[in-house]
Amino acid sequence: MKMKSLMLTAAVAALATPALAEVKVGMITTLSGGGAGLGIDVRDGFMLAIKQSGRDDIEVVIEDDQRKPDVAVQLADKMIQSEKVDVLTGIIWSNLAMAVVPSVTAQGKFYLSPNAGPSALAGKGCHENYFNVAWQNDNLHEAAGSYANTAGYKNSFILAPNYPAGKDALTGYKRFFEGNLAGEVYTQLGQTDYAAEIAQIRASGADSVFFFLPGGMGISFLKQYADSGVDIPVVGPAFSFDQGILQAVGDAALGVVNTSQWSKDLDNEANTAFVASFEAEYGRLPSLYASQGFDTANLLISAVEAADVSDADAFRAALEAADFASTRGAFKFGPNHHPIQTIYAREVIKEGDVYTNKIIGVALEDHADAYAADCKM
Amino acid sequence: MTPLLLAEQILNGLQFGVMLFLMAAGLTLIFGVMGLINLAHGSLYMVGAFAAAAAAGATGSFALGLAAALAAAAMAGALVEILVIRRLYARDHLDQVLATFALILIFSEGTRWLFGSFPLFLDVPGALSGPVTLPGGIQYPLYRLALIGIGLLVAAGLGLLIARTRIGIQIRAGENDREMIAALGVDISRLYTLIFALGAALAGLAGALVGAIQSVQVGMGEPVLILAFVVIVIGGIGSIKGAFIGALLVGLTDTLGGIFLPELFKLFMEPATATSAGASLASMLIYILMGAVLIFRPTGLFGSRA
Repeated sequence: MKMKSLMLTAAVAALATPALAEVKVGMITTLSGGGAGLGIDVRDGFMLAIKQSGRDDIEVVIEDDQRKPDVAVQLADKMIQSEKVDVLTGIIWSNLAMAVVPSVTAQGKFYLSPNAGPSALAGKGCHENYFNVAWQNDNLHEAAGSYANTAGYKNSFILAPNYPAGKDALTGYKRFFEGNLAGEVYTQLGQTDYAAEIAQIRASGADSVFFFLPGGMGISFLKQYADSGVDIPVVGPAFSFDQGILQAVGDAALGVVNTSQWSKDLDNEANTAFVASFEAEYGRLPSLYASQGFDTANLLISAVEAADVSDADAFRAALEAADFASTRGAFKFGPNHHPIQTIYAREVIKEGDVYTNKIIGVALEDHADAYAADCKM
Repeated sequence: MTPLLLAEQILNGLQFGVMLFLMAAGLTLIFGVMGLINLAHGSLYMVGAFAAAAAAGATGSFALGLAAALAAAAMAGALVEILVIRRLYARDHLDQVLATFALILIFSEGTRWLFGSFPLFLDVPGALSGPVTLPGGIQYPLYRLALIGIGLLVAAGLGLLIARTRIGIQIRAGENDREMIAALGVDISRLYTLIFALGAALAGLAGALVGAIQSVQVGMGEPVLILAFVVIVIGGIGSIKGAFIGALLVGLTDTLGGIFLPELFKLFMEPATATSAGASLASMLIYILMGAVLIFRPTGLFGSRA
């Protein structure tokens, strides 16, 4: 009996020790359909960092989730069970992250989020194996609220789509904005015509407009807003002003202030090198999503250098140390494994023929999220 | 709620309605005459918008963009009809749904392959940009007024085409009895291709016109397609008049519902809950309208009585 269990232990130990000290990463992201631009940027940023590291012991398996939670769940199961990945990453949308992350971390795998940061995973639902390298969802909206105070706005009209991230957005803005609300509107998710809302804005007597309308919704809103002749200043999070979208909005976005943890013109060595190498590799300017993908990969590489992934505690400690050169400059994790970072106010400008962003000031310095206190790891 | 704001919202509803009509007209003709459920109609809307954005980007002329949209969508429509749809007329609706759904995927990924994953830029032409002041002091974007005008013109033209021309007679005859008009010597397969291309061109026109104030991106057609189906179910399948009335009803209901319901709820609820609940109910409103119409007129407002 004793002999048998000893042999069993030895066999298990032999199985557990990999033949090669190789790290396998599963990337589940959106590569087709309407939201593909974001996933492609995250993937390209991530792979650029892997390529630059010159390491051949990190293998990345990439799959397309089609922006569907059920597909993402299947892919995660497949990656864990048959591909035997050690680390998962890549998910863009919060609803997909909510479907995948809890089961991934419960199975002892690491998850590094390059984008989605739902409040549920930052507070009570936090996990020692879950790291968010981008932001908690509320962060950029809180920064927009704080910027609105600095700009002297007293009466804001706020709007967002009627879904969880939209509600988080308006909550985030209201958490920091000290003025009154001239109106609060929830639009339909995927809505393309904002004539009715713009008429309300015109009639509301607001002195500023805050909106969170990611992707195509923001393009539609900004074009229609510019054409309506309403000239109340607009603020928003960076999602409606990223490099991929700005070219489709055109002049309508010029001068709009938006909040972001990253910008192309952030002055630090890592970022300058990142922007130049990204443009050289892919022939386009990086977006904030690309910078998040790049940072996620560099965080992973720093941890792989410091610890073996099969030693979960050491690997986790190496991730927590966040010892890598971020495109955002200084980078550190809070107690709930979400970034504590400075968020900037940027203005949309035109450089030659290209629309892009320029930093005009700091919106929130060393900002942590509001849910960290609820996290018990 | 001032009368001014109300008038502006009614204009918004009208504008939304006439654009829906352009989509629904083609859909209802195709369904009425050929008995075909065409899910790929939204893709033709997208084709129109992308063709317009590409042509306007290359030449700088919005009018050329519109022409390109009409041509590209009509050609794509005719091609799809000849290559794929023609084999489906005799099959049941489930096969048609499956095949045209496949077309959606092919069109979407094909467009992404050609134009990339990022939205394209298409702007309102300079002559039509900016707001105008209407009688009564309403500031309203000129381009949206132009959309209402174009939509009404197309509706009138279609009405004349159906009621007064030889093609129109054939279309109406085709709706009533396909076998009979084939037996009378009308080249039915040419008629089908023509109707399909006409419907596609209208969808492409809508895509290009709306693309200028919205985002030209892959998958832009599908949300409109769903609304267009609601319109033709309300209006009665096969009826252009029904599609027109249905489109205006849906446009006005959707726009005004989104404004008034939250205001109404605020009378007896907290503002935050009221906006949230009002917005949720408002997005259901057109489906409630559809349900109500179907209860009283099972074949739609202007559908032929079974």
